[in-house]
Amino acid sequence: MSQEQGSSGSRLTTPQVMAADLSGPPQTASPSAGRLVTRPLQSWGRFRRHMPLAALIIQRLALSLVLLWAVSVVIFLGIEALPGDFAQTYLGQSATPQAVANIRAELGLDRPALTRYFEWLGGALHFDFGTSWASGSSVSGQIALRLGNTLFLAFWAAAVSVPLAVGLGMLAVHYRNRMPDRVINVLSLAAISLPEFFVGYILILFIAIKGGWVTFPSTVYEGMSFGQRLEAIVLPCATLVLVVLAHMMRMTRAAILNVMSSPYVETAELKGLDTLRIIARHAAPNALAPIINVVALNLAYLVVGVVVVEVVFVYPGMGQYMVDAVTVRDMPVVQACGLIFAAVYILLNMTADILGIIANPRLRHPR
Amino acid sequence: MADLLDVRNLKIGATAYPPGEPPKDITIVHGVSFTLQKGKVLGLIGESGAGKSTIGLAALAYGRGGVRITGGEVRLDGEDILKLGGRGIRAIRGNRVCYVAQSAAAAFNPAHRLGDQVIEAAVRHGTLTRSEAWERAKFLFGVLGLPDPEGFGKRYPHQVSGGQLQRAMTAMALCPGPELIVFDEPTTALDVTTQIDVLAAIKRAIDETHTAALYITHDLAVVAQISDDIMVLRHGRMVEHGPVQQIIEAPQEDYTRELVSVGHIQKQEAARQDDALLRIERVDAAYSGHFKVLHDVAVHVPRGQTLAVVGESGSGKSTLARVITGLLPPSKGQVTFKGEALPPQFASRSKEQLRQIQMLYQMADTAMNPRQTVRDIIGRPLTFYFGLRGQEKTRRVSELLEQIEMGKGFIDRYPAELSGGQKQRVCIARALAAEPELILCDEPTSALDPLVAAGILKLLMRLQAETQLSYLFITHDIATVRAIADSIAVMYRGRVVRFGPKSQVLSPPFDDYTDLLLKSVPEMRLGWLEQVLASRRMESAGH
Amino acid sequence: MRWRAIPLSAWVGLIGLTAALLCALFAPWIAPYGEREVVGDIWLPMGGQFVLGTDNLGRDLLSRLIYGAQTTISVAMAATVLSFSLGVMLSFTAAVVGGWTDQGLSRLNDLMMAIPTLIFALIVLAVLPQELWILILVMAVLDSTRVFRLGRAVALDVTVMEFVEAARLRGEGRLWIIFREILPNTLSPLLAEFGLRFAFAVLFLSTLSFLGLGIQPPEADWGGIVKDNKDGIIFGVPAALIPGAAIAGLAVCVNLVVDWLLNRTASLKGGRGDG
Repeated sequence: MSQEQGSSGSRLTTPQVMAADLSGPPQTASPSAGRLVTRPLQSWGRFRRHMPLAALIIQRLALSLVLLWAVSVVIFLGIEALPGDFAQTYLGQSATPQAVANIRAELGLDRPALTRYFEWLGGALHFDFGTSWASGSSVSGQIALRLGNTLFLAFWAAAVSVPLAVGLGMLAVHYRNRMPDRVINVLSLAAISLPEFFVGYILILFIAIKGGWVTFPSTVYEGMSFGQRLEAIVLPCATLVLVVLAHMMRMTRAAILNVMSSPYVETAELKGLDTLRIIARHAAPNALAPIINVVALNLAYLVVGVVVVEVVFVYPGMGQYMVDAVTVRDMPVVQACGLIFAAVYILLNMTADILGIIANPRLRHPR
Repeated sequence: MADLLDVRNLKIGATAYPPGEPPKDITIVHGVSFTLQKGKVLGLIGESGAGKSTIGLAALAYGRGGVRITGGEVRLDGEDILKLGGRGIRAIRGNRVCYVAQSAAAAFNPAHRLGDQVIEAAVRHGTLTRSEAWERAKFLFGVLGLPDPEGFGKRYPHQVSGGQLQRAMTAMALCPGPELIVFDEPTTALDVTTQIDVLAAIKRAIDETHTAALYITHDLAVVAQISDDIMVLRHGRMVEHGPVQQIIEAPQEDYTRELVSVGHIQKQEAARQDDALLRIERVDAAYSGHFKVLHDVAVHVPRGQTLAVVGESGSGKSTLARVITGLLPPSKGQVTFKGEALPPQFASRSKEQLRQIQMLYQMADTAMNPRQTVRDIIGRPLTFYFGLRGQEKTRRVSELLEQIEMGKGFIDRYPAELSGGQKQRVCIARALAAEPELILCDEPTSALDPLVAAGILKLLMRLQAETQLSYLFITHDIATVRAIADSIAVMYRGRVVRFGPKSQVLSPPFDDYTDLLLKSVPEMRLGWLEQVLASRRMESAGH
Repeated sequence: MRWRAIPLSAWVGLIGLTAALLCALFAPWIAPYGEREVVGDIWLPMGGQFVLGTDNLGRDLLSRLIYGAQTTISVAMAATVLSFSLGVMLSFTAAVVGGWTDQGLSRLNDLMMAIPTLIFALIVLAVLPQELWILILVMAVLDSTRVFRLGRAVALDVTVMEFVEAARLRGEGRLWIIFREILPNTLSPLLAEFGLRFAFAVLFLSTLSFLGLGIQPPEADWGGIVKDNKDGIIFGVPAALIPGAAIAGLAVCVNLVVDWLLNRTASLKGGRGDG
């Protein structure tokens, strides 16, 4: 009888272990073809077991790329499927059929949709989005200028709101259910109900117009110094921060509360550890993943908020560009902007996913 | 000898939030007193709601989730720790008094290594230096029987098994060299075969370090192995308190007597019968894809009798139930009912076929729709299978309530208003309403207190005697098996290791697994644990 | 239903909602002047004859606001009811049927959610003709993705409970299981979500109208009124802030009521959801 010092100290001869059947589909008539499929599956399976972290990250990357491609299909071909003739609407109701046909040929709309899609996609991969119907200028050129502005604005809004949100969230948890927490709760509830344009116009009215401390509109142009740029975006940034901060803070509070009520935090208390150590060493590492998730979700929300804020403050960014294009039905611009916004959104969500995976100790240290 | 722990007239309260009403204050512990000497073990025993965990935590001056200590004293070496401020209490916790939780898996922080967490308290309190603490930890791992004591501390909680985690928790409590350890149901969540190892490890560690302990459990057999004295609690009050020998062999109070006798129910085995109601013929089953869970299972349930399927977690017993009910079609073999093969998918079975096999679940809470009254719950099968409505239905529901020993007054209650035992009885009534021939019982008493569970078992036996019902009773508890079975099937890792009439299965010669299983079940007599350990040592010495 | 158990914040929310609802239902009888009636000079200050002043064309702002309530609330409500029905139906089916149906619907939903709502709306509205029913349909379809995600999570939570399995094993049909077993146990979170969706619809509609893509003139919702008056800000005229405040106020009231609903005992094993 063989000895086996397992965790249960059992003295058993373990019965024949049923080998888990991992070899994929049953043998077909052409075994070589079957093996062609099963070989890569087998190696992927092995890879997944030995390096789960890397495997999951690669999976997420691949998934995001597929998603991005699918989004491009929706944006281009999905729009084609909707009723409404571009050429017709471009010229208006009173256009003659001949004029419509001419415009259609000029804009290249008489070629099949699939051809135009692949052309567009090919161009997009080279960052060439064609020419604008309204102005005739290169779309990519405008985007190059404006994307930088939008990212500048979004970056500073994020840089201010994220630390504030995490800090306020921790504060609210520390004073759980007491006055500071209740005040924060009511204020944040009010803040998430405010439309961006409302906040924007209040700030403009009281700070720019009546107070005269900042100029309106928030124009930025070539040759401005860094300091001047910062000054120009103070108000739009503040607007974005106010709206996003409220959302984020409520979520970080919930995430931290969730971690604080875990059994291992109770165990730390019962070991007589002081509060600071409990928060820093026991709660924080486990709160990291959910907080990262919250932050990324809200940064994605920021992408949308930027659009309205740019319109309110007449800030020359991507949002302003897209809204103007939609108003005049300038499709190449609309599609290009849509694709870029979606790409940023997907990228942020993917980053959140991946960071969350990295923060999970079970995946960092597999069995 | 001066008392290490002196609890006087301890009162503990909490706030209850009954739905739809304003919150009100309730008392959980009503003035309990006891003492504990250095190096001694006191067992706190009682059913759920008795207040034993609450009292155990009070020894650390802690109240979980809104529970407050409202009166009395807890004196540690003469000093009342309830009067200490935050800093004073923190100096005691993890230092002079340590706590071992019920669920080690939840109590360890997944982000840090086991070793770091085990030594943390000792190092932070300044009792040991970091290197001293590591050495002590490795020593304790060895004493507690953990594999590879040198390297064990470097692993993460999710990399080790449940039994190992429980022992690591004990090491964490022993590392600072406390005067008192509070064990809060440390083996309740473990399999019987793992439990005995952990129990032995704890006993050895306590003996070698001369630590005093409060051992909290609801299992009298377990506590009898490890304590010097026992205190029986009920509804926050002390029922009886005395040396372990007196409590086990000569209990004074009725309640204690009931607790002691609960393992003694024995069913008389029915005569051997060849008319099989349910036959499981060489069944294999696998979950999505290729992970085989059942291998070549062949058992049968004779009409009007009870087949007990016993096994630990991972044995496949619950999977067997899913195969029978048609939730998991077998990959090989078939299930025959009353001589006919049952369609493998439940969706393909006729209403009649579905009606004749009913099921009882382990958690009665989630087995009933919380938005339905008892009338609806029991009445639905009546309407669905027999078309009963209105007055007729109400009459029949009342009859069924009588049958399960609950009065008509329960008919308009909601599940949330019932106790654990009452909920399970209503589930039984629901099963009976369909007038089935076979009831599949999936551990229906595992989540209940011993006395309540005994009541349910007696009810089930009575119903069988009255109506010739057949049961397939799944359980992990040998005592339950002895109480209700006519025939037994022992399962291990998806295979039936032993099958036959009760008297045959429970008599030697045994196969290895059944032998281990039977030996691991704690018996309610002193010295059982030592006996088992001694026989093990003999056997391993012999090889 | 105990009146005293309702906290102050929820009362404030309920009163605000009732006021808005009354405006929406009885606008022609409550408003002092007509919706398009020019009654005075441009951008007169608040007070006197015109409680909230006049707008950029000299119309009474209060009356515009009351009629705007009618437009905003009815359109937002229509879109919410539509998106909610669609989302709940699809998500419950996915949760109960499982398998490929669930996979397919979930993937489709993920794809739709990969594009931010506002961006998606902008793209689609650039192509479609500007009709009211199209606007409502677009809002509903886009928002239903959020409802789908929540509905599926909530339904799955309930579906794994044993009483659902017990019903299945009894032989109950899918419809029974969805409507009699699952739905009653999901009412509380669904109701709260309905409120949140409505608040979002109000904000979303206002944003679209503000950008010129929502309700077209001469009808106006609150967002459109902001757009009309936004140029006044430069001259220090606060007229554009008033409809903005109304939007914010309505959203706050809805959030307060939803917060209260979520905090009531709604645990699955606890209260019976009385009231």
